[in-house]
Amino acid sequence: MTSLLLQRVRTPRWAGWLLLAAGALLALWLPNGLYPAVAVDMLCWALFAVAIDLLLGYGGLLSFGHAAFWGTSAYTAGLIAAHLGVPFPVAVLGGALAAAALAAPIGYLAVKRSGIYFAMVTLAFAQLVYFVANGWSSVTGGENGLQSVPRELFGLDLSDPYYFYYAALPMAALGLLLAWRIVHSPFGRVLVAIRDNPARARALGYPAHRYKLLAFVLSAFVAGLGGGLFAVAHGFVSLDVVHWTTSGKGVVLVVLGGIGTLWGGVVGAALVVNLEDQLSQAGFTLIGLVTGGIFVLVVLLFRRGLWGSAVALLRRYSRL
Amino acid sequence: MSPLDGPAALTARGLIRDFRGFRAVDQVDLTVAAGSVHALVGPNGAGKTTLFNLLTGFLAPTAGRIELDGHDITGLPPERVARLGVARSFQITSLFPQQTARTHVELALQSGTGLGWRFWRSHRLLERFSARAGELLDLVGLGDAGDTLAGSLAYGRKRALELAIALALDPKVLLLDEPTAGMGLEDVDRTVELIAAVRDGRTVVLVEHNMSVVGRLADAVTVLQAGRVLVEGPYEQVRTDPRVIEAYLGSSEGSADAAH
Ligand SMILES: Nc1ncnc2c1ncn2[C@@H]1O[C@H](COP(=O)(O)OP(=O)(O)OP(=O)(O)O)[C@@H](O)[C@H]1O
Ligand SMILES: [Mg+2]
Repeated sequence: MTSLLLQRVRTPRWAGWLLLAAGALLALWLPNGLYPAVAVDMLCWALFAVAIDLLLGYGGLLSFGHAAFWGTSAYTAGLIAAHLGVPFPVAVLGGALAAAALAAPIGYLAVKRSGIYFAMVTLAFAQLVYFVANGWSSVTGGENGLQSVPRELFGLDLSDPYYFYYAALPMAALGLLLAWRIVHSPFGRVLVAIRDNPARARALGYPAHRYKLLAFVLSAFVAGLGGGLFAVAHGFVSLDVVHWTTSGKGVVLVVLGGIGTLWGGVVGAALVVNLEDQLSQAGFTLIGLVTGGIFVLVVLLFRRGLWGSAVALLRRYSRL
Repeated sequence: MSPLDGPAALTARGLIRDFRGFRAVDQVDLTVAAGSVHALVGPNGAGKTTLFNLLTGFLAPTAGRIELDGHDITGLPPERVARLGVARSFQITSLFPQQTARTHVELALQSGTGLGWRFWRSHRLLERFSARAGELLDLVGLGDAGDTLAGSLAYGRKRALELAIALALDPKVLLLDEPTAGMGLEDVDRTVELIAAVRDGRTVVLVEHNMSVVGRLADAVTVLQAGRVLVEGPYEQVRTDPRVIEAYLGSSEGSADAAH
């Protein structure tokens, strides 16, 4: 929705570049101010949230099954890294491609539904993936998880998460750039048109289902980049990656940051990952209660999410 | 030679559409001659819009067959029908409220090119259509409204934008569902002139309550009543048909809005 507001009140070009520069500096500094492992997690979840927003904010499709793609990529990337000894970006890319391939048939069936039915279909398929992952323990390790995923990159020692962060950052940045490009492409324009008025878009000759399907597959790819990176970062893939709570967390991150803002997902991920870490450091056990409470507050106070509201505020002042 | 003697552009044979037991379109046969302006008239609820939805793939017929230039298009989805050269406007204005008028026309111009799939390119790609979009907006009298959001256009101007979008598709067959409904007299005149100007090389099907508009534009008329075809024929013939006069035109023949 912010992308549409952009047309009404044109933000000056320099404001966008300024924000981008600030974001880049922040990303470069991040592991110096936080635990590097936490910073890496932020990158992964940011990719996941942005992927979900791509579909929700621009396609109007709420997926409640993106754990299937995050998890499929995590397992695939983990297996590639463990067995082929390739540089980790190749393993992550392989994972993301596997996620996209899985998204094609699921999306084909799901995009014929909309609203809550779309969410239900995606959830149902994600549960199927969960049961397969759980049962197929010879490959996935079942409840024990997939152990000892290496972090190979041309023989560099990446065992320190501080260095791994900088190795992972370009890949995450490319993933976010891809999402941004998709949203600001001719395809993104058509997708938004279909979201706003599918009948009109179809009367113009745009096959709405196929556009939604491509959006679904692209979203799964970006989510897969996050999931693959997550597997390599932790050196381990647990069954949690395909659990429905993972899908739910992704949606929460997007709503916190602001639906249809793209970067809102990054903000939501940064906030929640950091908060979870702080709370667990402090020995707090009811982490879900706190993040849930914050979620409720944000939803009640900031209709557009944190990032969406901040951008709206900035716009108002830049117009004065 | 009248276009009515030529080949058919669009035909419907035995078209039926049921809504949960209610038959909205009942055994309709329709032959729209290529190059003609064909008016579809009838009282509210006669099934005109439903027939449009059938012809454009928005509804699947319960039975019957639809042909475009002799090819079966029954059951094709709306986007396929549109790409085959059938453009429609909606009775209830159907736009993207948050997009500018120009974007609407650009999206319409883009749809045949396949550029819409390019998720790796900048949306500035659409700017290659902006000159043509400007021309089309000028044509329908929206030259000054290119940057206005569709949602904030006045009603008559929204109708004009509907027409610009349909024309942007450069259709062989143009289906217009009450293009002048709710317009002031001046806008009605402009719209009639516009349709008369763009009908060259196209086939136009027009749902219209305003009989003076029908009289000025239509070569042929089909009168629908309760989902059935009451009369179909050349305008002059239908106008003087006793059943039609009795049912719709009454004593106020030729006056505006006689069909109500
Ligand atoms: N989706 C639907 N479900 C159920 N009934 C419908 C549906 N669409 C149309 N109808 C019914 O079919 C009949 C024909 O409707 P339609 O809209 O085609 O009439 P119309 O000739 O276009 O009328 P108007 O002049 O008011 O636009 C009406 O009785 C209407 O209630
Ligand atoms: Mg109607």
